[in-house]
Amino acid sequence: MTLALKTMDLAKTFDIGQRLIGPPRAQVHAVHPVSLEVRQGETLGIVGESGCGKSTLARMLVGLTPPTSGSIEIEGRALDRADPAAFGRLIQYVFQDPVSSLNPRKTIRQILEVPLRLLHGLRGAALDARIEELFDAVNLRPEFLDRYPHEFSGGQAQRIGIARALAASPRILILDEPVSALDVSVQAQVLNLLADLKAEFNLTYLFISHDLAVVEAVSDRIAVLYFGSVVETGPAEKVFAAPRHPYTKLLADSAPVVGRPLGGAQSGELPDPLNPPPGCAFAGRCPRASDLCRAEVPLLRAIEGDQFAACHHPREC
Amino acid sequence: MSLFLRLLFRNKLAGLGAVVLGVIVLLALLTPILPLHPPNATNTASRFLRPLSEGHLLGTDHLGRDLLSRLLWGTRLSLAVGFAAALVAGLVGAAIGVMAGYFGGRTDNVTMRGVDMLMAFPYILLALAIVAVLGPGLLNALIAVAVVNIPFFARNIRGVTVGIAHREFIDAAKLAGMGHTRILLTEVVPNIVPVVVIAMSTTIGWMILETAGLSFLGLGSQPPQADLGSMLGEARSALITAPHTSIVPGVMILLIVMSVNLLGDGIRDALDPRLRSGALARPMATTRVERAQTPAPKGEGLLSIDELETQFHVGPRVYKAVNKVSLELRPGECLGLIGESGSGKSVTALSVMGLVASPPGVITGGAVRLEGQDLIGAPYEVLRSLRGRKVAYIFQDPLATLHPLYRIGDQLTEAIRVHEPVSHAEAHRRAVRLLEDVRIPNAAARINAFPHELSGGMRQRVGIAMALANDPDIIIADEPTTALDVTVQAQILALLDDLRRSRSLAILFIMHDFGVVGQLCDRVAVMYGGRIVEAGPTAEVLAAPAHPYTKRLISCVPELGGGRRVLAAIPGLPPAVDRLPDGCAFAPRCDKAQPDCRRGEIELEGRARKVRCLYPEGAS
Repeated sequence: MTLALKTMDLAKTFDIGQRLIGPPRAQVHAVHPVSLEVRQGETLGIVGESGCGKSTLARMLVGLTPPTSGSIEIEGRALDRADPAAFGRLIQYVFQDPVSSLNPRKTIRQILEVPLRLLHGLRGAALDARIEELFDAVNLRPEFLDRYPHEFSGGQAQRIGIARALAASPRILILDEPVSALDVSVQAQVLNLLADLKAEFNLTYLFISHDLAVVEAVSDRIAVLYFGSVVETGPAEKVFAAPRHPYTKLLADSAPVVGRPLGGAQSGELPDPLNPPPGCAFAGRCPRASDLCRAEVPLLRAIEGDQFAACHHPREC
Repeated sequence: MSLFLRLLFRNKLAGLGAVVLGVIVLLALLTPILPLHPPNATNTASRFLRPLSEGHLLGTDHLGRDLLSRLLWGTRLSLAVGFAAALVAGLVGAAIGVMAGYFGGRTDNVTMRGVDMLMAFPYILLALAIVAVLGPGLLNALIAVAVVNIPFFARNIRGVTVGIAHREFIDAAKLAGMGHTRILLTEVVPNIVPVVVIAMSTTIGWMILETAGLSFLGLGSQPPQADLGSMLGEARSALITAPHTSIVPGVMILLIVMSVNLLGDGIRDALDPRLRSGALARPMATTRVERAQTPAPKGEGLLSIDELETQFHVGPRVYKAVNKVSLELRPGECLGLIGESGSGKSVTALSVMGLVASPPGVITGGAVRLEGQDLIGAPYEVLRSLRGRKVAYIFQDPLATLHPLYRIGDQLTEAIRVHEPVSHAEAHRRAVRLLEDVRIPNAAARINAFPHELSGGMRQRVGIAMALANDPDIIIADEPTTALDVTVQAQILALLDDLRRSRSLAILFIMHDFGVVGQLCDRVAVMYGGRIVEAGPTAEVLAAPAHPYTKRLISCVPELGGGRRVLAAIPGLPPAVDRLPDGCAFAPRCDKAQPDCRRGEIELEGRARKVRCLYPEGAS
């Protein structure tokens, strides 16, 4: 099976307190070196809580944030320059807030035209035909094309956002919390549309979300991020059903499930990013932590089959 | 455009300003073809003629020149210079601001510090220095006035641009292959044009004044050319003997500047989206009540809401946000209220204590009884004494509900002392105990923290501590965990559950789906389109939902452990509450809808288990 996307030790460090001259006051490692492989036609779910670096990772993958180190390969070709236009033809991004991702002063047609003109050089009748085709693909009526973004509901605006991403004819779509701003009854519509589009256009998805149940429902494989590092990856049906990393276990226990008593109320918070602990970042909250965990950073390793965890003392299942 | 004009002329003073300025501009434009004396023709024989003299309507000045003619020619010049200076300052300032705001980082730092330095000089000094270097003359005065005003525009526009440059549509434009220039011109600039226009319209009066000031000092227009400032300057020596020579240009300056400012304020109000949406309208202390009749008390619960109707009146439209909602909350009970955005769940909760903003909110019917006492229409003092003491709220975003500039301890002690006259030391002790109750580690030290120093979960704990400060009987929690991560959400829910048992609190828990409600609540009510469509014990509703909406809402939300699957989506959109369909609001999206579902009123039927549906699920 061919690889659609491969990252090698992709990392991002942000400078805090940039001065006019001289070094910054502090540095935050938003994303520790991450190596991921996404197969052609696969949906990789990325879950993690706020501050775990999932959005920074996504922005690096589309070239909106230049990585501090590491490299990105799309279908075997290295993309190391942070030029969004070069990325744009291969990989596109669907934003979380559908309304704020559309320029309020442009009509939908003007918004959709841009990637077609600039990335694919379409003009005239071919341009109009392609726009109608895209609009049809996301189940919107063509008379909406000449309206402005504020006239649409969240679900419709998100369909327009998806249409714009598709306009670039990318191979990979990064979906950054694409349904979390939507009403629950509309969420399922958009998720099902995404599934249809994937089959129709032979796409590869990276689906980022904090909602474990949604990620589980749409993904083939899942990667769990904690404090800027991948702590567990594995097949979607196994990661939450049989978690190996204690953090994944905590996540799975915290998700609301009707009928399950309230529990999983472990205390503890993320470590201070300006002053990260040595060793495993989860050690402070982990029931299985040992001295080894507090001293040495665990590396991502195969636990069983294709399930990987970055843990010195993985759970047995 | 017609909306803009309507908004503009709704403000009477702005209309007056527009008319006055219009007349002045028209006169200035027509000056060359009006039958006037030449403005610079001297006639020392008839110096200082009073106004209304023959042939000289406004009299003459110290060289016998016709004042009316000089006034109109001068106005023409002053207006032109003022507008030109505003245009130059606006364009250059906006260009600097857009660059600094868009590129950020070092570009921003260097340019804005330069602009700050420009601002550090008193404006007249700076203008004098510029004129001193360039030499006197109207064009140089124009340059000086424009330069002096550039910082104002640059700083204003930079702030707005920073906000826009971080919006997601800019990222989307980059991904669509746009370069910086194209993004600046087609994405950023159209969004800042209103701000530039607003800034110009409010400063143009100033610029006319400043130009007049320079001309008054002899640095602007050179004799014999007339502008309003130089006319004043020349008239200064005859201020006592021939006051009309000063008064005539003075009144004109007053008229121009005042009309420009009035019009500018009007333009600002009409263009600013925040003001347009009514941010200037100060909400009343309690929601306005226009209730025809009060339903008779029937429930005996701790809090009983009877046939509550809350509407929003916006212009000619009436949004029926809450439409005859009845709920009952018993002591120690947790009632879940579920609905999507726009279903009226939050407005129901806010109506209880009269917290819906008025205007535009109006409570048009029903009653809310707390231990038998009707709260709708109760005087503000009564509501105020009950808010927090009997009924407390927890909101979604704790960062928005806590004051950013006060330490959380100060906010807690204030909340305690509002209702109970205890000493500072006692209030502080209680505050620490409250923070311990909500399991904030190291409470004695954290009490001195500012809200921004706490994580989201800790802030929400403080929000809960605030709600508990006066030992209320009821807590209304409006999506208290929506903004939190799952692990933190689990902690907060467990905390709320413990607190309700240890303090026998009644909780009205508002949520957008069933996930959390199923774990926490005893009973549940589902809202759709401003009405309750189903209510009953949580386990029963979840096991056998009776309303098609409830059933499909449950099945369209995936639950962990279900594996990969196709979700059962509900087609269509929730209804807009200003044009609800006849009959069942869910009928357009319901696959079981019959013709009679779209007619007449459908009642909420049943006792413990209620449903508003003609063909409920499970019934044959």
